[in-house]
Formats: sequence, C-alpha cells, structure tokens
Amino acid sequence: MFGSLVSQLPIRLPSISYQAIGPELILFGAALVVLALSATVGRREHPQLYRGIGLFAAVAEGAWSANLLRLIDQHGPSLAIAGAISNDGFSAVVGIIVAAALVLTMLIGPGFVESVAGQGPEFVTLLLLSATGAIVMAQANDLIVVFLGLEILSIALYVMVGFRLRDGLSREAAFKYFILGGFSSAVFLYGVALVYGATGSTNLVKIAAFLSSHVLINNGVLLFGIALILVGFGFKVSAVPFHVWSPDVYQGAPTSVTGYMAAMAKIAAFAALLRVMMVAFHLQLEFWRPIVIALAVLSLVFGAVFALRQREIKRMLAYSSINHAGFILLGVLAATSGGVRDSLFYLGAYSVMVIGTFGLISLIQVDAGKVEGSLSLDDVRGLGRRRPAVAVLLAILILAQAGAPFTSGFIAKFSVITAVISVNEYWIAVVAMVTAAVAAAFYLRLVLALFSKDEAEVGVGDALYPVAVRGGSDQGLRLSTASLVPIWIGIWASVAITVFFGLFPTLLLDLVSRGKIFY
Amino acid sequence: MSIPGSWYLVVAALLFGLGAFGVLTRRNVIVMFMSVELMLNAVNLTFVTYARMLNDVGGQVAVFFVLVVAAAEVVVGLGIIVAIFRHRATVTVDDISSLKG
Repeated sequence: MFGSLVSQLPIRLPSISYQAIGPELILFGAALVVLALSATVGRREHPQLYRGIGLFAAVAEGAWSANLLRLIDQHGPSLAIAGAISNDGFSAVVGIIVAAALVLTMLIGPGFVESVAGQGPEFVTLLLLSATGAIVMAQANDLIVVFLGLEILSIALYVMVGFRLRDGLSREAAFKYFILGGFSSAVFLYGVALVYGATGSTNLVKIAAFLSSHVLINNGVLLFGIALILVGFGFKVSAVPFHVWSPDVYQGAPTSVTGYMAAMAKIAAFAALLRVMMVAFHLQLEFWRPIVIALAVLSLVFGAVFALRQREIKRMLAYSSINHAGFILLGVLAATSGGVRDSLFYLGAYSVMVIGTFGLISLIQVDAGKVEGSLSLDDVRGLGRRRPAVAVLLAILILAQAGAPFTSGFIAKFSVITAVISVNEYWIAVVAMVTAAVAAAFYLRLVLALFSKDEAEVGVGDALYPVAVRGGSDQGLRLSTASLVPIWIGIWASVAITVFFGLFPTLLLDLVSRGKIFY
Repeated sequence: MSIPGSWYLVVAALLFGLGAFGVLTRRNVIVMFMSVELMLNAVNLTFVTYARMLNDVGGQVAVFFVLVVAAAEVVVGLGIIVAIFRHRATVTVDDISSLKG
C-alpha cells in the first residue's frame, strides 16, 4: 500500500551544487573541526591551533570564492539548489570581501578577546559561523534563505557582543543587541510573509517574474511588505531612524568585536539588501527609492552631527559608521549596476579600515588599562609622542574613514557620489558631500588629539602603563608576545590595503565590477 | 460555515502589533522577549494562512524554518538574560541602562 503511495508522490530532491556552497562548507566545517578538536586536545591548551585553523579556513574561503569568480567569468552565472542559491559574480566578490574581513579579524581579534574573556575555542568558532551566515546572505536567492543567513550571522554576533560576561556593559550591550535584533528580524520576516502573500513565492526570481507578468490591482500588501523588509534591513545596517541600538552596542562590545561587527554585519546586510531590491523589486523602484533616499539622507546627516558631540571614541566611531551606512545606501538607491559596484567597493574599503581602526583602539585600551569599553578623547591626548607607531597608523585609518585622498576611503566616497549623480539625484550628492565635510571635523579632532602636546591630566601618563589597574576582571591584563605578532600583522595589513587601494584603485575597481548580480 | 482567510490575517496583524507594542513599552526583559516571540508567531500564522489561500506548500515550509530559528534565538536570549539576572537579581531594563548618550 505504501509502495503505491510513494510511487504516486515522487519526492524530487534538488541537486546540490557543492561547488557553489563551497565557501559556507569550508567555514562551517572549520568551525566544527575547532569545536571537535577542543573536546579532544583540551579547551585552553592550544589557542594558537584554533586561530591557525580559523585563519586557514578564512584564506581557503577567499581562494574558493576567487576561483568561483574565475569560473563564473568563463561559464556564466547560475542558480543552484532549486533556485535558492545564486552563484554569480556578486556572491563571489562578496565572498572575497568577507574573507578579507575574516582574515584581518582572525589576526587581530582573538588575542584581545581571549585576554579578557579567557582562552578557548569559542571566539574562533563564532567568527567562522557568523561569516558563514554572511556568505549565505550574499548568495541567497530566496527571502527565507536571506532570513536564515541573517539569523546565523546575528545569533553568533549576539554571543560575541556579550563575550565579556563579567562586565556589566558587555552584558547590557548583548541584551540590547539581542532584543532589537530579534525585533528587526521579526519585522523583516513579516515583510517576507506579506510579499509571499502578494506574489505567491519567496524566491526572488519568481517574485520578479510574477510582478513583471501581473498587474496587482490592490498592491497595498506588497508595498507594505517591501517597506517592512526595508525597515528590517535598516535595523541591521543601523540606518537612521533605526540606529538607536548601535552606539550602545558598539561601546559595550569587546572592541575588536565592534570592528568585526561593523564590517561583517554591513557587508552581509547590504549584500542581501542589494540583491533583494535589484532582483525582486526592481519594477517597484519608484516606490522604494524614496524610502531608501530618506534612510540615506537621515543616516548621513545624523551620523555626522551626533558624532560631533561625542567625546567617547567608540561611540563616536559608532555614529561615524552610521554616516558610512548612509554613503553605502547611496549606491543602493542608484539601483544601477554601477551603484552595485560602488557599494561593493565602499563595503570592501570600509570593512578593511574599520577592523584596523578598532584593532588599534583595542591596543590603546590595553595600554591604558581601560578594557571596559570607555576611551575618551582625553585618554589618547599626546599619544603621538608616547606610541608614535600606533598614533600614525591610527591617524592614517581615521583619515581614510574621513575620505582623505590617497586612501581607499576617498575613492569609495567619490564613487558612490558619482553613482547618485548618474541617476540625476544631485541634491543627495550635495548633502553627502556636506556631511563628509562635517564628518571630517570629528575625525580631525581625534587626529589632533593624538598629536597634541598638552597632557592635560596628571594621571594619564601613569594610566597608560598601569602597574595595578583598578581591579575587577581586567586586572593585570597583558598581551603575550605570541598574540601581539598577529595583531600587528593584521593592523599593518589593514593600513597597507587601505593605502594601496587608495594609490591603485583600479585593481579593486576591476574586482568589484565583476560582481554583477544575476537574474 | 467557513471562516474567510482574511480573518486570520487580521488576527495575525493584531498579534504582530501587540508584540511590537510589547517590545517597545514593557520594562521586564522576559516580557520583552516573549513579545518578540509573539511577533514571530504572528508571522507564522500569516505564512500558514497565505499558504492555504494560495494552495502552495512553500509558506508552510517557511514556518518550520522560523520555528527552528526562534528556538535557537531562545537559547541565546535566555543565556544573556540569565547572565544579567545573576549579577543584578532583577530583570527590569531600567536597571541595565549604563550605556547611553
């Protein structure tokens, strides 16, 4: 009886292209290997081994993505796994950017985080898993797969933000991030459900096909769904007015996690946002472009203005990252292949420099005995004389974030503004340039503080080389030479990449212009 | 008598609104957490209703993904809440407001 039932209802399993999902498999597999190893060789004995595996996996993932990009250039893009995954130039380029961010964090992050939170395999594992989620989001060709990638990324990030469990600020940041992250996921998902109701599918290509062949008489459900999806993404990229969580979370999270989060959450959310808007809702452009314009302009203006009043460096950089999100949104609202290319360029340049910036700030914090996440402008005053190398490298990265010429930050800002001008939205370009000038004010204030002469307070010099720190869990924090070497390699690499692509931008432009979205 | 699908959609929208309202106004972290879960379940109801109306199994499959993700979120969320509770012996957000500005 069952035999006849089965033969009547054959279940056709989709063919799985392991080549297309290779990047995810490498990172996820490495995470499992690290966990399994820690159970056999001991949790705390071999921190270098775990970091080595993580680093190897990140490099392998980048190489795999580069190879995928080469194959796509030869044979053309394709859809894999029953249309749920898109194997195109866009996902391969994002895979390479993710690999760059992951390699830098693998070098810089574990040394700091494990010195405050204790050694173990967890941090490396969470880094690998969150990067897996980011690549899933970049490849997702189905709104449900976007959601899954978003959650794989976010759940790992919630834990990483709360990694310094003994510290009240870290716990608070983790809770705020978790509640608002869960809230925004639910809003996003409700948008997905409404779009599904209006179009009958969650697959981006099928949605686009439906919308191009049907005229919806009452499309309120569809438009409300698109708006909710935009709100969900707005939370994830911390665009104004959905930015309220980000300064608190940036300040409370362990500093190298902040850098990673700023880079990876933006890469992943913008990759998914670009694909969803370009593939599924390109016909609804007149509806969603004003929303994205509002998000972009508000983020540009409020990010720059609020950063001006901050004396707390991590909070200031949080508002600066909101300003950066506004710039990246410029490429989204252009909604052209040029806009996609410029957003990708900005994401690549920004993620490299922000990870390096927060790595240097971690270094300053460790020196100052201030691991609780508070570091004000006064704390770094006169750093140029005490630690010239740190101060000069930090100044280069800060100026790159401000968009100074001869850094990749300049080309990035220039190209997204060009993208907006190409769709005749001149006033937005003007707003963007004005906010870039406002933002330069607070970046320069930080650089001036680094190289100012006066060491206003008496205690600062002592605080920078603490013998006895103020007690609690951070007492006697020191970084071993073994972990300082990779940290410096990572920081130098981030500065070198930023300056190199500022001097030779065509190399990076060639790469990101191969990142075409397939549909 | 059959109940039209739009009724379920209205109920789901109300549930979603209740959940969103709860997250934004309640001060107890457990209740905020429950409100997020309420929002996710409102989404599930919407998915199932549309799946029934469209006669398509895709929406029902989506519900399983949402359920699994919600379960994973509960694990992490309760972990964070327990960590806060251990140190403060209270779960009111007014007590965890050191970060501002």
